[in-house]
Amino acid sequence: MCEVIVITSGKGGVGKTTTTANLGSGLAALGKKVVMIDTDIGLRNLDVVMGLENRIVYNLVDVVEGSCRVKQALIRDKRYPGLYLLPSAQTRDKTAVNEHQMLKLIEHLRPQFDYILLDCPAGIEQGFKNAVAGADSAIIVTTPEVSAIRDADRIIGLLESHEMKKIDLLLNRMRLDLVKRGDMMSPTDVVDILGIPLIGVIPDDEHVVISTNQGEPLIETASLAGRAYRNISLRITGEKIPIELFKSVSFWTKVTDIFHKN
Amino acid sequence: MKKFNIFKKKKSSSIAKDRLKILLISDRINCSPQTLNLIKQDLIKSISKYMSIDEEQMEIVLKKNDKRGNNRKPSLYANIPILDILE
Repeated sequence: MCEVIVITSGKGGVGKTTTTANLGSGLAALGKKVVMIDTDIGLRNLDVVMGLENRIVYNLVDVVEGSCRVKQALIRDKRYPGLYLLPSAQTRDKTAVNEHQMLKLIEHLRPQFDYILLDCPAGIEQGFKNAVAGADSAIIVTTPEVSAIRDADRIIGLLESHEMKKIDLLLNRMRLDLVKRGDMMSPTDVVDILGIPLIGVIPDDEHVVISTNQGEPLIETASLAGRAYRNISLRITGEKIPIELFKSVSFWTKVTDIFHKN
Repeated sequence: MKKFNIFKKKKSSSIAKDRLKILLISDRINCSPQTLNLIKQDLIKSISKYMSIDEEQMEIVLKKNDKRGNNRKPSLYANIPILDILE
C-alpha cells in the first residue's frame, strides 16, 4: 500500500526540503520504493539538496502538460535502489499546475511506489493547495520560534478543514543548551501549543549545512541529525522508536517529564 | 544581587509560550466581537420567547475546548441566568 505524505510548514526556511531529502533517503535505505516530488514550481531546490541538479531533463510541469511520460521525468538516485526524484520546473510559476493535475499524477504513481513524498512550497497559495490535494497524511515541519509555530498552526487548521486524517509534527533545529537555559521552547511546549503528535526532533546540527553543501543526504552520516532522520523514517514505516532528543539529555527529559505530569 | 535577578526574571521561552497561546486562540477562532454580539442578540430573542433571562449577567464567550483529541477547536460557552419561566 502506498502512502502519500506532504511535507509542509507555512513558513519558509524551516527545513521542508532538507526533511524531504532525508526522509526520502531514509525510507529508501530501509528498502522502500520512494518518489520525492518537488512541488515548488519556480523555486526548485530539492534537486540541488539531493545533488541531482545535473541530471534533470524533464520536470513536473512537462509531465502534467503531457510533454513527456512520467517515467522519463523521474530521476533515479544511484545511491539507493528504489529512490526517485521528480524535479520541479524553474522557469514557470505555481499556476502552471492545478490540483486536479496533481491528483491525476499521484494516482498514476501510487501503484508503483511504497511512499510518495511531496515537498511543499512555503505559503498557503496555489502551490500549497497542489501539494496537499493528493496527500494521505502530512508532516508539519517547524522550528521552536514564535513565527514558525504560528504559521504551523495556521497550516494545521487548513489541513484539518481539508479533513487530513493524519498530521504529525517534526520539530527542527532544536538547541538543547537554549532549552536548558529557558531561552527556547521545549518539544513538550511546542506539542502543547500545536496539539498534534510529535514524529521526531532534529537537533540544530552543523552536519546539515555540510551535507547540503555536498549534495549528499545526512542519513548515512554518524551525525545526530542523521540519526534523528533515520529514526523518523523508521517511525513512518510503523516501528515504535521512542523519541530521543540528544544523547546527554535523557536525564533532563525525565526531570521535565515529571514536572509536566504534575 | 545578580543571582536574585536571574531567579526573578521570566524565561524567554515561557514568554514565547504565553504569547503564542493567546495569539493562536484568536487566530484559530477568526470570529469578530461584532459576530459574537449578533449571536448574543439572537440568543436573547429566541430564549425570551420561553423564559425571562437576566441580560445583564448573561455571558457568551469563546473558549479553547480542552476535551481530549479535539482541543484545537474552540467552543462557544453561554451562561444565561434564568429569572422566570414564561407560561
